[in-house]
Amino acid sequence: MKEFLDMGGYAAFLWPSYAVTLGVAVLNVVWARRSLARAIAAARRRLAAGGAES
Amino acid sequence: MDDPRSRVLPVLPAGAAAAVSGATAPHDAASVLDAARLVLERDLRLAMRRRGQLVQPLAFFAIVTTLFPLAISPELARLREVAAGVLWVAALLASLLALEFLFRDDAYDGTLEQYALSGQPLTGLMFAKTTAHWLLTGLPLALMAPLAALSLGAPSGSLPGIVASVAVGTVALSLIGSIGAALTLGLRRSGVLLALLTLPLSLPVLIFGARASELAIHGESYLAPLELLAALAVLGITLAPLASAAAVRISLE
Amino acid sequence: MSWTWFHRLASPPHIYRLAQQLTPWFAWPAAALILTALYGGLVLAPPDYQQGDGFRIIYMHAPAAWMSLMVYTTMAVAAAVALIWRMKVAHAVAASCAPIGASFTFAALVTGSLWGEPMWGTWWEWDPRLTSELILLFLYLGYMGLRGAIDDPQRADRTSAVLAVVGIVNVPIIHYSVTWWNSLHQAPSVMRLGKPQLSMPMLWPLLVMLLGFTLFFVAVLLVRLRGEILVRERSASWLREVVGT
Repeated sequence: MKEFLDMGGYAAFLWPSYAVTLGVAVLNVVWARRSLARAIAAARRRLAAGGAES
Repeated sequence: MDDPRSRVLPVLPAGAAAAVSGATAPHDAASVLDAARLVLERDLRLAMRRRGQLVQPLAFFAIVTTLFPLAISPELARLREVAAGVLWVAALLASLLALEFLFRDDAYDGTLEQYALSGQPLTGLMFAKTTAHWLLTGLPLALMAPLAALSLGAPSGSLPGIVASVAVGTVALSLIGSIGAALTLGLRRSGVLLALLTLPLSLPVLIFGARASELAIHGESYLAPLELLAALAVLGITLAPLASAAAVRISLE
Repeated sequence: MSWTWFHRLASPPHIYRLAQQLTPWFAWPAAALILTALYGGLVLAPPDYQQGDGFRIIYMHAPAAWMSLMVYTTMAVAAAVALIWRMKVAHAVAASCAPIGASFTFAALVTGSLWGEPMWGTWWEWDPRLTSELILLFLYLGYMGLRGAIDDPQRADRTSAVLAVVGIVNVPIIHYSVTWWNSLHQAPSVMRLGKPQLSMPMLWPLLVMLLGFTLFFVAVLLVRLRGEILVRERSASWLREVVGT
């Protein structure tokens, strides 16, 4: 296990790479879902205010 | 601001009446060329009335060039190594500055709208405006470049190559820049955005242009990068007016 | 031939529903593929002859770089479709792509730099691939900046669409010129961001990872797309049906 984490001495470069890329992936998921939620909320507000046409 | 009466609109041939009647005017080559020529002449004439505005990009070019010896070293031997790059970065930034003038006045007083409505192909008119812009900024920059080059330690034998590369390169820069200018028409703080949009697209011109100047300074043949620059300019001539015409139409809606 | 079926297919309500239904079909396989590739790349694949375990960064860097280019291409194609056929949905697709592409371009740059340090000895090299990635990031930021600067949504859509199309024409030119420039100044010790020699046990996790991330992109795109469609939708009856209340 320690050998695995050590990655032949490249651990300091390898694990941050994985963290950044997978982190960006997770961030995209969160960001996308949040922007959808915001759009839904905005649509509801528009409907309530009678701003949209039928 | 200019007296509006002095900014006389050219009477564009044939197309205008057809546009009003709703028919599509047959764009024979003669009338398009006439319209383009009129637009070109108008831009040149108007620019000549405000010569101060023309000098600004050139003064900027001179100042930026001066920054580098002050920031790096007065030794000509050292400056010669970076001369091509400095020259080109300064020329690029000066062109950027000049781009703001390309559409600004015409958009402000409605001339651009008239061009779009005239029934003449807007692409041709965009090409005419960009040509005028190059004649007013790119060409003077190319003629000033030898002075800047000499001040950075370039040998006098390199000057023809430098003029050639800046002249051709600024053609491409004017064309690429016209797209950015058309996209950012009328937006607040458009200057910075224009730079952010135009600079990445201009990088190939910078790369080939600086390389050509570099080779000229070292007394070697600069034909290969110069030809690549010319290729970019031709590509720009073919595609850029189309894109800027589309962008202008969108901005005017 | 009637194009109404095409336009009905591309109608915002239809696409919205389709996006909602399709998302899990992309999301779960994407997760599975990525996890499989992670195991294959980190555990199963043998160390490289030259780069030891360091080469494993490729399993993150290559997909990130792939994403950055693929997403930009998708964005530009959607923009072109939107301009030519005047389809609002296509504008929505283009708008959805930008943040995804920009973030992965950033990841490609960071992982490229992290890969470079042990290989070259510096955190940054003006390597053609990294330099092109940096310029691509600028293109994305320009696109997003332009969208943000225009208040009118329709003008924002169409203006940024023109920029995306102009950008995609430039991408090969920029890549060519940067590669050309870089080849002129090749360092004597050629330390390029070199691909290690990939044998099959090292190659298949990479391919699976690339596929996994592609499916991931589609899944995230579908989620963003729904929001972008809602924002552009005017009809109250459909909105009510979709978001309730």
